[in-house]
Amino acid sequence: MRSDRGHRAPLVLKIAAGAGLLFLHLPILLIFVYAFTTEEKSYQWPPPGFTTQWFAVTWNRPDVWQALGLSVQVATIATAIALLLGTLCAAAVSQTKFFGREAISLLVILPIALPGIITGIALRSAFSLFDIPFSVWTIILGHATFCVVVVYNNAVARFRRTSGSLIEASMDLGADGFQTFRHVVLPNIGTALLAGGMLAFALSFDEVIVTTFTGGQQSTLPIWMLEELIRPRQRPVTNVVAMVVVLVTFLPILAAYYLTRDGDQVAGSGK
Amino acid sequence: MTSAATTSILPRRGGFFGALSDAFWRRPKLLLFLMLTPPLLWLGIIYIGSLLALLLQSFFSVDEFSGLINYEFTLATYAELLRPANFDIILRTVIMAAAVTLFSAAIGFPIAYYAARYAKGKWKAIFYLGIMLPLWSSYLVKIYAWKLILAKEGILTWIFAKLHLLWLLDGILALPVIGGNSLSISYIGTFLVFVYIWLPYMILPTQAALERVPGNLLEASSDLGATPRQTFRTVLLPLALPGIIAGSIFTFSLTLGDYIIPQIIGSSRLFIGQAVYSQQGTAGNVPLAAAFSVVPIVIMAIYLWIAKRQGAFDAL
Repeated sequence: MRSDRGHRAPLVLKIAAGAGLLFLHLPILLIFVYAFTTEEKSYQWPPPGFTTQWFAVTWNRPDVWQALGLSVQVATIATAIALLLGTLCAAAVSQTKFFGREAISLLVILPIALPGIITGIALRSAFSLFDIPFSVWTIILGHATFCVVVVYNNAVARFRRTSGSLIEASMDLGADGFQTFRHVVLPNIGTALLAGGMLAFALSFDEVIVTTFTGGQQSTLPIWMLEELIRPRQRPVTNVVAMVVVLVTFLPILAAYYLTRDGDQVAGSGK
Repeated sequence: MTSAATTSILPRRGGFFGALSDAFWRRPKLLLFLMLTPPLLWLGIIYIGSLLALLLQSFFSVDEFSGLINYEFTLATYAELLRPANFDIILRTVIMAAAVTLFSAAIGFPIAYYAARYAKGKWKAIFYLGIMLPLWSSYLVKIYAWKLILAKEGILTWIFAKLHLLWLLDGILALPVIGGNSLSISYIGTFLVFVYIWLPYMILPTQAALERVPGNLLEASSDLGATPRQTFRTVLLPLALPGIIAGSIFTFSLTLGDYIIPQIIGSSRLFIGQAVYSQQGTAGNVPLAAAFSVVPIVIMAIYLWIAKRQGAFDAL
C-alpha cells in the first residue's frame, strides 16, 4: 500500500511531465494540419490556406492503393503465421517445464531485440545464398519472424494468469484434449490472442527496415512512404497518406488496450 | 458417457481425434514436441540460419580489383573496420546512441515518475495511452512529422521568428560539427528525432521500476531528515536505476541499428546502419556489410552483460 495518497505532485514535476507528453503528441497532431494545406512545394508554416482537394487526389492514385493492398495482404498473412507459432510457443513454455525453456524465450525475442537492420541483412544474405527470388513471400517471411514475439508476449501473460486446474477439471469431467482446447482454453486466451494479433498486424503494417531488405520490386505502404520522403514527388499526397496511416494504426492499439487492460501488459517490452 | 458411471476407468475414445487426444494425455512429451516443432523450425532455420549465414560472410573478403567475393577464411574484413573512415562511422554512431540514451532518460524520468506515483484513475489511463500511442504509431509518419517541423520554412523557425529569437537559432546552427545549413540536415535534427522516436521505450521500463518503489520508503527518508534532493539521489534514483538501464537497452540498441532516420534527417555523414545498407547495396561489398553489422551485436552483447549485472532484466 502506498501511504502518499493525499500528497500532491510538485509543480515542477507536473510541468515536466505535461511538457513531455506534449512533446510526444504535438508532432503527430501537426500531420493533421498539413493534410489540409494548400501549399504544394514546401513545408511552409503557417499553411497559406486550407483545402480538402488532396483527399480526392490521393483517392485516385493507383500506386497508393497498390501499396496499401500489398501492406494489408502481407500484414494479414504474417499475423496469421505469428498467431499460430506464437500461441504454440507460449502454450509450450507456460504449461510445461522442460530443458531449454529459457533459450526458447530468448529465441523468440531475439528478432526484435537485435536491430531491424541485422534481421534484414541476415535474411537478405540467406535469400541470396540460396538463390531465392524476392517476392511477396520473402516480405511475409521476414514480417512473420518478428511478429511472433508480440503474440507470444500477450499469450504468455494470459496463460500465466489462467490456472492450470481449469484444464485438469475439464479433462476430469470427460472432455477430450480438443474439446478442452475449444471450450476451456480458447475462451480464456481469446482476447489476449486478439490483442496480440492486432499489435502484430500494426507492427507488420508499419515495418520498413526489414522490408527494404526482403522486398524486391513490390512496395508496401511504408516503402512507398520512404520513397516519398527521400525523393518527394507530390508532397500533399504524402501528407494525406501520413494522416490516414496515423488514424488506421490508432484503432488497433486502442482496441488492444481495451481488450487487455485488466492487468495484462500490452506488449510492454516494446516493438 | 454411460460407461463413465459404471467403471472408474474410461474406455478408449473412438475415432481419430479421440485416439489422438488419448495419445497426448498419455505422452505429454509428444504434445510438447508437436507444439514446439513449428515455431522452433521457423525461428531456428529461418532466423538463426540467416544470422549464421551473415556471420559466415563477414569472414570472407572482397577482391579489391575484381570486386568478387573471395570465399576463404580471413579476418581482413574486420581489419578494414579499423580504417579511419570506417572507425569514424562506428564512433559517431556510439556517441549518438549514448547522447540519445542520456537525454531520453532525463526527459523520460519526470513523465514516468508522475505516471507511476501521482496519476490515478482516469489520468493513469491517459498517461498509459499517451505513451503507448506515440510508441505504436507509424515510425515513418513520426519521422515525416519531424521533417515538417525542422524544415527551414517550418514551424520551428516560425516560432523562433515570432519570439524574436532567430539570432539564437542561427547561433546554434553556426556551431561547428553539430550545426548545419538548417536543422533538418544537422546532427541536432538527427538527435532530436532519435530522442522523440525512442523516448516511449525509455519511459515504460522506468515507470515499471518506479511503481515498485514503496511510498513509505520515501517518507521514511524525509522523516529521517533528508531533503527532497537527498531522498531523490540516495533512495529513489538507485531503486529506479534498473528500470532506466532496461530502457537504455532499447534506446541504445535501436539508435545503433537505425539507418532511416539519419538518412532522412541529418548530415551526409554515415551511421553504422547506413554503412551496412550502402555496403551491401550499391557498393556490393557484402562481407564488409556483414562485419559492420556484427559491431552493434558485439556492443549490445557487452551492454546486456553489464545490464544483467545491474539487475536490469528484473525490471523489464
